[in-house]
Amino acid sequence: MTAGEIDRTTLWTVIVLLGLGSFGLRFVFLGLIGDRALPEWLLRHLRYTAVAVIPALVAPLVLWPAATDGQTDPLRLTAAALALLIGGWTRNLYAALFTGAAVMIGGSYLPVLT
Amino acid sequence: MADAPPMSSFWRGFRDGLPFLLVVGPFGMLFGVLATEAGLNVLETLSFSVVVIAGAAQFTALQLMTENAPTVVVLASALAVNLRMAMYSASITPHLGALPLGKRIVAAYFLVDQTYAAAAIEYEKRPQQTLAQKFAYFMGVAMPICPPWYVFTLIGAWIGTAVPPELGLDFVLPIAFIAMLGPAMRTGAHRIAALVGGTGALVFAFMPWNLGLICGALLGMMAGAEVERRQSLRAGPAATEDTPTPGETR
Repeated sequence: MTAGEIDRTTLWTVIVLLGLGSFGLRFVFLGLIGDRALPEWLLRHLRYTAVAVIPALVAPLVLWPAATDGQTDPLRLTAAALALLIGGWTRNLYAALFTGAAVMIGGSYLPVLT
Repeated sequence: MADAPPMSSFWRGFRDGLPFLLVVGPFGMLFGVLATEAGLNVLETLSFSVVVIAGAAQFTALQLMTENAPTVVVLASALAVNLRMAMYSASITPHLGALPLGKRIVAAYFLVDQTYAAAAIEYEKRPQQTLAQKFAYFMGVAMPICPPWYVFTLIGAWIGTAVPPELGLDFVLPIAFIAMLGPAMRTGAHRIAALVGGTGALVFAFMPWNLGLICGALLGMMAGAEVERRQSLRAGPAATEDTPTPGETR
């Protein structure tokens, strides 16, 4: 990861502008719309933001993990699939978390999988 | 429930936020460790987390800076990773938009993946809550997530380089998100939205600046909304008391 010393001006420019930009993205609707009513079609789409964004965020990380340089890893695939199954079945966040962690930890002792 | 004091909403939020410590802890420490390895000192690492407060974007920016990418590219990529925050902002506005400006600023600052996901699920499950209860719940969720993010970043920066990679720490984040997903997929529309969102992100993975994530998510939202619309059309005229409304808690 260490390619060279990061320039201090660049670092602080990035910290400040990225901070302002990130806040701007979070504030844009909450700040500008306030309590004005949003149209029904938009609300209907927004109801599915969480369940659509999370898989979009996670799917590439599951199939092409950065830790393995993007190589599909059976262990991570298994952990993800079982966590999803158990979470959907029990509807319990802890059960799903525990399942995923157990597969990851257990798998590191099974050289067959890694 | 609707007239319960906001304080009980705060503590319910706090309880719902606690499990995310399992995510925030390792993930924050990992950022601290990587930032130290990239040559940042403790103050710079901590400032990064307090000012930006967005894990994935922080990792992206850090990675690109160590590759000596131009500042514009660093900013554009990291902000693209955070584009989903605008969707969160829009999604949470019907619930928190009526708050005074000061509180909306506070809520916007604390609007991260975990606080959004917990709050969005809660507001859908308990739509009858008052504005005060909803804000209290949100702040309750934020407390075990956001301040610990700073603290664990700091711990990671102090620990420095001694974290063995075979622990699979990188996978803590995906597992945590997947764990949130299972209980949230209550209707067919939710499942379709998730399936389309995930598949879309894979199909569009070739796109630069993480636009694949944005495209996949938008397609997923559209798919979920369309399924809901069709179901309500079908249920509409012949609807009886025993027909469950889509999006209703079981």
